[in-house]
Amino acid sequence: MATQTSTAASDAFYKQLGRMYGTYTGGFVAFIVLLGILEQIGVPNKILGYLFVFFTLAVYAIIGIATRTAQVSEYYVAGRRVPAFYNGMATGADWMSAASFVGMAGSLFLLGYDGLAWVLGWTGGFVLVSILVGPYLRKFGAYTVPDFLSFRYGGNFARFLGVIVLVCCSFTYVTAQIYGTGLIASRFLGMQFEIAVFAGLVGILLCAMLGGMRAVTWTQIAQYIVLIVAYLVPIIILSTQRYGIPIPELTYGAAIQEITAREQQLVKEGLAVLCTQQACPTGTLRPHIQPFMNYTPLNFFGIIFCMMVGTASLPHILMRYFTTPSVKEARDSVAWSLLFIFLLYFSAPAYAAFSKLEVYTNIIGRDLTTIRPWLFNWGELGLIQICGKNAASLQAVLDACKAIAGHPGVLRFQDFVINTDVIVLSTPEIAGLPYVISGLVAAGGLAAALSTADGLLLAIANALSHDIYYKMIQPLPEQRRHIVQGTVVAAIVLIVLWFLDQPFWFGIALRWWVLLSIAIPAGVVAFFWGSATEVGKRLIIARVLLFYVALCSAALAATKPSDILAMVGWAFSLAMAGNFPALTLGIWWKRTTTAGAIAGIIAGWGLCLFYLVTSRYFPQAGVTYFGMSSLLNPETGQALVNVSQVLADPKWLADVPASAANPLANKVGWFDLNNINCGLLGMPLGFLVIYVVSLMTKEPSKEMQAFIDEIRKPRGRTVLEEKV
Amino acid sequence: MVEPSQANTDAHWRATTRLMFTHLGIWLFFGYIIHMFVVPLNKIVIPVLGFPLGFYMAAQGSLIVFVVMLFLFAKQQNRIDREYGMAEED
Repeated sequence: MATQTSTAASDAFYKQLGRMYGTYTGGFVAFIVLLGILEQIGVPNKILGYLFVFFTLAVYAIIGIATRTAQVSEYYVAGRRVPAFYNGMATGADWMSAASFVGMAGSLFLLGYDGLAWVLGWTGGFVLVSILVGPYLRKFGAYTVPDFLSFRYGGNFARFLGVIVLVCCSFTYVTAQIYGTGLIASRFLGMQFEIAVFAGLVGILLCAMLGGMRAVTWTQIAQYIVLIVAYLVPIIILSTQRYGIPIPELTYGAAIQEITAREQQLVKEGLAVLCTQQACPTGTLRPHIQPFMNYTPLNFFGIIFCMMVGTASLPHILMRYFTTPSVKEARDSVAWSLLFIFLLYFSAPAYAAFSKLEVYTNIIGRDLTTIRPWLFNWGELGLIQICGKNAASLQAVLDACKAIAGHPGVLRFQDFVINTDVIVLSTPEIAGLPYVISGLVAAGGLAAALSTADGLLLAIANALSHDIYYKMIQPLPEQRRHIVQGTVVAAIVLIVLWFLDQPFWFGIALRWWVLLSIAIPAGVVAFFWGSATEVGKRLIIARVLLFYVALCSAALAATKPSDILAMVGWAFSLAMAGNFPALTLGIWWKRTTTAGAIAGIIAGWGLCLFYLVTSRYFPQAGVTYFGMSSLLNPETGQALVNVSQVLADPKWLADVPASAANPLANKVGWFDLNNINCGLLGMPLGFLVIYVVSLMTKEPSKEMQAFIDEIRKPRGRTVLEEKV
Repeated sequence: MVEPSQANTDAHWRATTRLMFTHLGIWLFFGYIIHMFVVPLNKIVIPVLGFPLGFYMAAQGSLIVFVVMLFLFAKQQNRIDREYGMAEED
């Protein structure tokens, strides 16, 4: 075996992991201290910000390049040698996106108790991963989730459905991450949005393209360390300042009590109007700990359920557990993953509570001239508004409030509007910390967005290269293969051209983009193809496809599509409706047949997609033809929109799909079910259809049943043996 | 290495299924059922820390249960695998 020496070398590599990442963490802390010193001697903030971004990006890129690989199993599943503990960290980074890092605390600030649906939903799902799905897929020995569907459900049609579900739920998700990098860097470091997107794209490509899963794994661990340090440091300092104990998760209980007292005081002083069952218009105060003010109980528990089951169905998460050395370690690894994720999620409510206390005591109820100056930085960016205008400076605030008739000169609850992204990002300033800590938070947010983007991109590109190209196109007879290959190339060119037609340029002319997007992959192929072995060709295809997927999602992100953040929530419901019944029944019920699974995926996923698209983009048709009605206000129980009044308006008679202004969009549905919970309709239907159709069709063969027995036992070889 | 008998295979799977339902039950309780009683639970305030109990369970309590549960599950399932001779060789 030619790999003997490299195995010995990599054994040494695995033994040193602890020391390597220990040194890395030490180096990172030293880097923060160094930047802190630079700040003290007067280096401008902007330079510090850029240093943070480029230093961390460079480190990720170095790790990505250093761990490049030319082996198929290393490329797809990191050689199945990642220890449980480290895979847990990598999964943590894979899992926690820009939405978790920046958005979660903001949602909790805004929604109070109801926001905890997201905290619960995004943690409890790992229980399902471990007990129902993950370890069994590891035993099976797949490279991708569609691999399993194809083997269990008789071939390429099931594989193809699996790829469609995977691409649908992952592509919007990765676009949201790349969008997130642009957002963080532009808001926080004053970089131009498009340049930030582009820098993020380069970072992602350098990590994922050369080394596939292997490189992504080792980079994600590095990114986890950055993001968790960045998330915890400001809040620990703030907790120590306020309560003298550096454990914010314990001290914010006191903050919550103060918030509740302050809420009552504000209402009593007439500075806020309490949201009640009789009237709850926007701008009224919803007490922080009171449940079901923003979501009805059905939608609250629906979100928890969809996010949990979605977790156990998302391919980019499941495939992380393909990389462990054994089934036992896959289980241990899920537990470690949740522990590492938990560290961030149980701190997020503390961010929300401390910020809310600051806003309720030092901003609202204060005389306008004495409000705290940290908010002007954010007001300048349009993220904080007071009296309906951006709070760019004290003068702007005074002018805006003076324009309101009868304004008391004291800031009232309804005068203050904050963008939820500000909550995490502004905490260092609230605590009065130096800029270097703010830069650290930005680096953490970038790490969160990039690591998730890496994992998602790899999931999509692997499905395209492994499932579509290697498993479906390659085995075709030569002539048909050429036709398909030709069509695929033409389709890629068309898609790329379509994306390039979007109004984004990063300030660079169109022709350079066309050149870049065609020349780089073509150059790579031309240079390596002639001398490449079969394995080499497979990896070249994988890399070229990865490049195109990344380019397309960056291009889409740069157009700033309005629905992108909502789509992340949709991805969970779609994954849940499409994958969960087929995966779990495939493992837990031997009687599941090919016909049943295929019918179940189509029916469940189809219903979920239909509900989403209709209620978001074609609500008029939903009301007219499909019996949808207005959702209800959770507090007052009244309809959110007057449907018949809207339909009587000639302007909204027909559907206007692209218009976000459509007054019915996202506000109609069945059973008062928010469309983010469409999995709640799709998944049960999927289970039902699989059950009924399976019982109607012939029992799976003896071989298939023996195969199911095989994946249920940890012992023995993996079922699917790929040649390396 | 003796190939395990079908009876052994079935017994292993029964034990696995039982463990699965036990943990699914705990998951259901701490993921959903307990939060249905958030309003009465909020009347109880945790001493010293000051959290209302209903809020605390959703913000931290259930999360801690999930983490502990997963380590426990990994250990228990491993014990079952070993008992029936289904564990991987070390």
